Amino acid sequence: MTTKAKLPILADLFLTFFRIGLFTFGGGYAMISLINNSCVEKKKWIDRDEMVNLTVIAESTPGSIAINFATYVGYKQAGFAGALLSTIGVVLPSFFIIFAISRFLDNFLEIPFIAKAFHGIKLAVGILILDAGINMIKIMKKRVFTVTVIICSFLAMLIIDIFSLDISTITLLLIAALSGLIFTRFSDNFGNSKKSGQK
Amino acid sequence: MIYLELLWGFIKVGMFSFGGAYAAIPLIREVVLSYGWLDDNALSYMIAISESTPGPLMINVATYVGSVVAGLPGAIISTIAVIIPPFLVILIITVLLKNLLENKYVKGALEGLKPCISAIILETGFMMIIKSCFDMSSSFSANIKDIAVILLLFIIFYGTRFALKKKLSPISFIIISAFLGLLIF
Repeated sequence: MTTKAKLPILADLFLTFFRIGLFTFGGGYAMISLINNSCVEKKKWIDRDEMVNLTVIAESTPGSIAINFATYVGYKQAGFAGALLSTIGVVLPSFFIIFAISRFLDNFLEIPFIAKAFHGIKLAVGILILDAGINMIKIMKKRVFTVTVIICSFLAMLIIDIFSLDISTITLLLIAALSGLIFTRFSDNFGNSKKSGQK
Repeated sequence: MIYLELLWGFIKVGMFSFGGAYAAIPLIREVVLSYGWLDDNALSYMIAISESTPGPLMINVATYVGSVVAGLPGAIISTIAVIIPPFLVILIITVLLKNLLENKYVKGALEGLKPCISAIILETGFMMIIKSCFDMSSSFSANIKDIAVILLLFIIFYGTRFALKKKLSPISFIIISAFLGLLIF
């Protein structure tokens, strides 16, 4: 029984990320809840804090979020080979599907049952993304600064969306990073002066 | 040489697209149109398909464009090209990560980035749901069927969590939603 439960780690990484790639619809955010479910809760390859840090890193580095996640988890479990196999695993399902569509299906989106199924999936993906956001906020320490940033960013995103403003999320991230730096400077100074005051 | 063009074009896409797939679409458009691989209509159609097939959006678009422009070798080259930058960046970060996270300035920046990114994710999900429930383009109207399916899905997703004390796996949830879509739409 134990032999059955313990797949070699490389095969396990490949298959897990293959499955994640197969069921991720509509971009990296939707993938967060799949990664959370398999890599954090089931396999315990990374913990919750790492997951949050990784989401931040994935968001602030270039390229597909999916690749960022696969590379990190794979490398952590099994070095370079792990990173490579996880990345290949997460890419392969969509590679085959898209390649087949591009060669053989001219009117993929007009096939009625596919259009209907994807209409349903799109709604589910919205909920999964919402839930991923809620989970991240849930495990964060709720200080005045954190809550302020959450509310301001949420409102800023809403305004950008509703009025279709041409402001990229990078601008938002830069402002958040800067205010984080300034805030920790302030609270550091405050903490230090308090300590020195106690002396 | 088309293969080299695809390689370089999609390395650019992989290297300069920050903030997830939807932020990458303008960049993809610019690269594809500037090389003259496809016209705007064909590209828009490909992006629409890439959004409704499994897999990361950026990878899907790369595979699709590569395949249409230069067949199987084109698809392979474009896909690998778009993967290379994030793969290398994360490898470098992972090797340095421990020290990186100890850095005072990185820690400070993270204090601001974490809440900001969770809010961005929350808003993205929220807007996806709102936009499918209500038509806001020309005149404001509600899509009754979408609202019904969303409510059902909410009940299924959070109901199982409270009733069975067990999280429904995202994969089962997606399969259920596909069936609901087939039944109701």
